[in-house]
Amino acid sequence: MSAAAARLAGLDRRLVPLAASVALFLAMVAYGAFSYPAFLSPQVFLNLAIDNAFLFIVAIGMTFVILTGGIDLSVGSLLALTTMCAAALVEKAGWSPWLVVPLLLAGGAAFGAAQGFLIHRYRLQPFIVTLAGMFVARGLCYLIDTESIPIRNAVFTELANYRLPLGGGHSLSSGALIALLTVAAALWIAHSTRFGRTVYAIGGNAKSAQLMGLPVGGTLVRVYALSGFCAALAGLVMTLYMLSGYSLHATGLELDAIAAVVIGGTLLSGGVGYVAGTCVGVLILGVIQTLVIFNGTLSSWWTRIVVGILLFAFCVSQKLLERGAESR
Amino acid sequence: MKRLASHALFWPVITLLALIALNTAVNPGFLAVSLRDGHLYGNLVDILNRAAPLALVSAGMTLVIAARGLDISVGAVVAITAAMAALLIGGSLNLDGETTSRFPMWFALVAALGVATLCGLWNGALVVGVGMQPIIATLILMVAGRGIAQLITGGQILTIYYPPYSYLGNGYLLGLPFAAVLATLVIVALHALLSLTPLGLFIRAIGINPVAARIAGVRSRPITVALYAFCGLTAGLAGLIISSNVKSADANNAGQLLELDAILAVTLGGTALTGGRFSLAGTALGALIIQTLTSTIYSLGVPPEVNLVFRAALIFIVMLLQSAEFRATVRRLVTRPERA
Amino acid sequence: MADLNAPVLVARGIVHSYGGKPALDGVDFTLRAGEVHALMGQNGAGKSTLIKVLTGAERLQRGSITLAGAGIAPTSPHHAQQLGISTVYQEVNLCPNLSVAENIFAGRQPMKPWTRGGGIDWRALNAQAKTLLAGLDVDIDPRRELASCSVAVQQMVAIARAIDISAKVLILDEPTSSLDADEVKLLFRTLERLRAGGMAILFVTHFLDQVYAVSDRITVLRNGKLVGEHLATDLDQPALIAAMVGRAVPAGGGAQAQAQEAAASSKTDCVLRASGVSRRGAVDDVSFELARGEILGLAGLLGSGRTEVARLLFGLDRADAGELVVNGAAVVLKDPAHAISHRLGFCPEERKTEGIVEDLSIRDNILLTLQARAGLWKKLPAADGRALTDKLAQALDIRAPDLDGPIGTLSGGNQQKCVIARALATDPAVLILDEPTRGIDVAGKQEIMNRLIELAREGLAIVFISAEIDELTRVATKIIVMRDRRQAGELPAGASPDDVYSMIAAAPDRGAAA
Repeated sequence: MSAAAARLAGLDRRLVPLAASVALFLAMVAYGAFSYPAFLSPQVFLNLAIDNAFLFIVAIGMTFVILTGGIDLSVGSLLALTTMCAAALVEKAGWSPWLVVPLLLAGGAAFGAAQGFLIHRYRLQPFIVTLAGMFVARGLCYLIDTESIPIRNAVFTELANYRLPLGGGHSLSSGALIALLTVAAALWIAHSTRFGRTVYAIGGNAKSAQLMGLPVGGTLVRVYALSGFCAALAGLVMTLYMLSGYSLHATGLELDAIAAVVIGGTLLSGGVGYVAGTCVGVLILGVIQTLVIFNGTLSSWWTRIVVGILLFAFCVSQKLLERGAESR
Repeated sequence: MKRLASHALFWPVITLLALIALNTAVNPGFLAVSLRDGHLYGNLVDILNRAAPLALVSAGMTLVIAARGLDISVGAVVAITAAMAALLIGGSLNLDGETTSRFPMWFALVAALGVATLCGLWNGALVVGVGMQPIIATLILMVAGRGIAQLITGGQILTIYYPPYSYLGNGYLLGLPFAAVLATLVIVALHALLSLTPLGLFIRAIGINPVAARIAGVRSRPITVALYAFCGLTAGLAGLIISSNVKSADANNAGQLLELDAILAVTLGGTALTGGRFSLAGTALGALIIQTLTSTIYSLGVPPEVNLVFRAALIFIVMLLQSAEFRATVRRLVTRPERA
Repeated sequence: MADLNAPVLVARGIVHSYGGKPALDGVDFTLRAGEVHALMGQNGAGKSTLIKVLTGAERLQRGSITLAGAGIAPTSPHHAQQLGISTVYQEVNLCPNLSVAENIFAGRQPMKPWTRGGGIDWRALNAQAKTLLAGLDVDIDPRRELASCSVAVQQMVAIARAIDISAKVLILDEPTSSLDADEVKLLFRTLERLRAGGMAILFVTHFLDQVYAVSDRITVLRNGKLVGEHLATDLDQPALIAAMVGRAVPAGGGAQAQAQEAAASSKTDCVLRASGVSRRGAVDDVSFELARGEILGLAGLLGSGRTEVARLLFGLDRADAGELVVNGAAVVLKDPAHAISHRLGFCPEERKTEGIVEDLSIRDNILLTLQARAGLWKKLPAADGRALTDKLAQALDIRAPDLDGPIGTLSGGNQQKCVIARALATDPAVLILDEPTRGIDVAGKQEIMNRLIELAREGLAIVFISAEIDELTRVATKIIVMRDRRQAGELPAGASPDDVYSMIAAAPDRGAAA
């Protein structure tokens, strides 16, 4: 095989799922543009970022976890817990936001790290550990308050109302900006740091990674800490979006995050996938939602079904590709 | 006493008795059972009734887990089944004060349970046929399932006004709640099936050592698919009971978190998540423990939301106890160092 | 290579035991710079233990190891690598989803200085990888995904990583088991390059041909003891085999003359016929005929492909080519259940992982196959089951206090008997046994062999694999000799162990089987 063709073959295989996701996204956008004249307005796409900012952030944290072959079901509840704590500390206890924000981010990371520690040290299944974490976080939410706590603090409200002007009357919210920054940071971590590359190595073959002398244990703990951090950050973004803390925020968000990651081309078995892919996945979820809204006649639960179908398609084709490769 | 302690059901029974004792201490009338109109009433009866759907699903889940599988879609299947039944029965009050159903009830029941079984077959096909990991394979139906249920109900919460249907969740048979009787019958029948046929042996073999089982000629693939199908069926039964109880089908909330409770009930009852040996009696006890825990929290006046934290604590404890590494750590901390 | 290359890795008086069971008894080993040194030995010789001690997978218990003159005691493979001893295993321990270059530099990627932005320097990474691979005469794009490369190339990548991290000693543990002939040549070219550069290479393999193709020196272990270290040129094949198995092997010739005389005597129906059965990566072109009452012995050294043949006969693996005729009907066996329905029985080699179902009772274990064949709905009547298990337990002398107790409590030997009983319970026409007497005491072995002879007399056809050639030649009515995954030849009843060894030694040099 010539060098060029060989290179193509080697690189292409890992990019195929990502390419499929991008193609799917473009196809959906084309369908939307064709069916609804207003679809191609820039604000529609900016709204994708604004309305899904917290999903972007959570899904990015989830990407790293899934890349190691694990899963984190606690993110939705941790997000809600963060909103509750933020609201309670700022509104009821009167603490300064400048203290509360770093505190909650650190808390999210610590929560995640604890889960990661249990998973690694005692070889427990990530599914179960993070499931229990989900219960704990949601339960703590209810303990703080069963009702929603509105946020009236000036710092929060100003940030919530801030809009970055982009010209032509379009703008981005602060939440969307935070999401974009997170994406940039994630791209850097995944591609340019040893930590990121070790994440991929663990997902490829954890035993080999161990034998190669890579710091598997430490990386696993850090990966779950990262996911916890992202959940907390997304929680803070949610407080800007909703200006309230509420225990029922983000129920089921973890499933949306997982769906975004898978539809973005990341294998649930780990080792293959890109942060960019997850972004495409979130965009696809957003577009589906937008299409449903534009349609007006379909109810929002159609989103669930379409997402389920896409999940199925991606999972099955991934598995079949795997089997095809094995029999070589 | 030691032999009693080492019996597999010892800890579940002790836990259940402890919870009941706790309840009785706080609420002396807890153990009271009264007979009215030929029906038994009381907290204990209530627990049996409410635990029935969980017990059914957990029974199906027990076998799947014993064969080294997992099914997290049961909650969604409950919603789908409830939606199917609601759609086919509907029920409306007409002028004579009678209620009618769109289709004969037997048809609706068969169709609903049929769909539930199909869901199970779907999961089995993905796990055995395509070779997906059980968590991933059943995750798909978990995500899409509620959407499908919404599709069936048209996005509404459908009400079911039909007395014969209400019987499932609210009626009494031989003085006991029908749901509890049904769950008991199913579990007993299942136990009989597993003991009187070689099926129980095969499931255990598959769970303990799938490679050896295959070499010994056990047909693990069709058996595994059948187990997933049965798990779907039990979820269907649970769906019927739940929707009958509340006289409606809520695609969004029916069976919420049921899969997690089922996994918890199975592990509380002594079945290991790694597969192999299993205990239906243990699972039934596990379901009762979970239900009693809920009642205990309620009667203690603790906010029900705390239930979640207790659940989490239970999961942690059971998980850690099942982890060989954790037991090794505990052993090292607890045993005195030997003299050199 | 010159005889007097400086010793790089020297092990003296290595004694090692696993929980009381001795594995190595005072073994010495010397590895010199600029040589390829083969480590040979049969099952239980201590090869893998010695490797584990040298690479730190097992802690040194007694004895000394020096590396370039300094005493060392590696505590883990990672530690050994830092000291300068790298190992490449049969299963390439790399990450298939990362690129070739990334695998080579995983954990030690070159980083850009902060002035240039920090982060991993991909250009340097890929360039350095290309250079390293070129040094091994491998020309591929280092940005390729590792999984898209052949196993041979993956091994080169593993070697490249190993020598880049530490360049003193390279240990290759059975590197050629999954390679075809061309890939083996590629690997050997690389080894020769490394040797020319002064690398000390320790090479473990079962393939006799390969040993002579690339090694300078050979060390033979047997039963945990050092038998000898020789220059490859000083040790011919019969002498090597003799050293490994512990008996003199007559130089080929005599036995060959008797060889191709198939036992055509009282030929009753042929119950099993294999023609050209092959499977890529397992065996190539196996053919034989087995009649009622015959005992076919599959003889060969460790790694010669006997178990692979057995797996193909029982439907555990699918053949790529060839035909199997069972009881007159050509079959393609889909799975063990299918084979069992054709009246085949099987006792696997690995009792613990493939044979017994640990938490089940002894009776359940023995009746499992019979029960599986009877189907899902018919439970065997308890009384019949008890009678049958009692009968089998007695016939095979299974010593257990209670047949309803868990099988895990039995000794290894008794567990093995249960596995045999399980196969016998279905009254097969052909019984395939892979190392049925391993781990059983002498008396037990005798009992089993006698029982097998009785069963053969009653009409059972048996395929029998054993590493103990004496035992095999004593009972077999026909022997197929395997060597390097190919059939070396067939011997009639009454052949002696010497005949078997000479056939192994005399097989023509064809390189490794595909």
